[in-house]
Amino acid sequence: MKAKHQRLALAVLALVALVGAGLLAAFALQDQANYFYTPSDIVEKQPEVGQAIRLGGMVQKGSIQRADDGVTVTFTVHDGASFQPATYTGITPDLFVEGSGVVADGKLTADGLFVADTLLAKHDENYIPRELEGIDMTGNITRTDTLVE
Amino acid sequence: MHAYANPTRFLSLARPLTLWFLILGLALITIGSAYGLFYAPADRLMGDSVRILYIHVPTVWLAMGGWTAIAIASIVQIAWRHPLAAVAARAVAVPGALFTALGLITGSIWARPTWGTWWVWDGRVTSVLVLFFLYLAYIALAFASSEKGGVSRVTAIFGIVGAINIPIINRSVVWWNSLHQPASITVGGSSIDSAFLWPLLVNVIGFSLLFGAIVLMRMRGILAETKVEARLKRMAAE
Repeated sequence: MKAKHQRLALAVLALVALVGAGLLAAFALQDQANYFYTPSDIVEKQPEVGQAIRLGGMVQKGSIQRADDGVTVTFTVHDGASFQPATYTGITPDLFVEGSGVVADGKLTADGLFVADTLLAKHDENYIPRELEGIDMTGNITRTDTLVE
Repeated sequence: MHAYANPTRFLSLARPLTLWFLILGLALITIGSAYGLFYAPADRLMGDSVRILYIHVPTVWLAMGGWTAIAIASIVQIAWRHPLAAVAARAVAVPGALFTALGLITGSIWARPTWGTWWVWDGRVTSVLVLFFLYLAYIALAFASSEKGGVSRVTAIFGIVGAINIPIINRSVVWWNSLHQPASITVGGSSIDSAFLWPLLVNVIGFSLLFGAIVLMRMRGILAETKVEARLKRMAAE
């Protein structure tokens, strides 16, 4: 084996070992590095009342209700399997609409309601022009009334 | 490959390439950005803030591509002792760091109206910040210990070690619940409407060519510097 090939083999071996180690470490971090818990995670892990948690999921269609004070909003977060009622007082981001993703910091109350202190909207990977609004990928007309409010 | 280890031969190729990369890159960036900013439609939910996509995506793509290039050049440097690989790796570092910073800044500006915050410590955002710090460390190391104009072997090893972060950035939105959206453009297709997609692709190619031109310019600069140094040493010896 020529010295050149030996060096190449060593370098490639080192790279493979390093990437492998990195991937393993990242995989082990899976739980800790999660930015938020989904409603299913909350059902599974049963966080204590008053413990600070971060909830993430989709805002259920038809669930957003604005209170008369104008700044309090109640809604339901779901991940397809579980549902979590939540409430937030404050100005919501532009992307906070029914059917969109949401991430909220807050606590659970004794009656299972999630009270959020901060509310962030999560954008999905779809980019759709305004002219095509209301027409989803399958060609169905979706509700657009919530987008205008 | 060693034919181009000769700086004269490399320069005769690099000189016209720099010019072509620069002209073509700037032309494509002008077309892509003009279309993206003035003619492309507004997004259904994000409105006009979607337009930062045309800068954000190319800069972050080059931030990751830059380090990938450093890692490849480092392997070539260590395995084949190719002198130009060391010069190339060094030339990529500063523009790579700059593009990473631009990606973070444009992302932050987009995040404020879209997510509702300037900054979050989620998997994707944090791993790109780590990439930025890796670039800074690499630059410090490269300038502290250079060999014949290129980076030292210690720096090359650091370049290979740092490559660990690239697959982590790429997979961060898949492994962890992240505030950042998952990839829109995958091997399987794109979930970006074609009205947004084509100016984006034009800009990605344009910025890549611009990046290539900057790297070639810096390589030529480093080679010229080494030449001057060698000449000064000879003159001092005479």
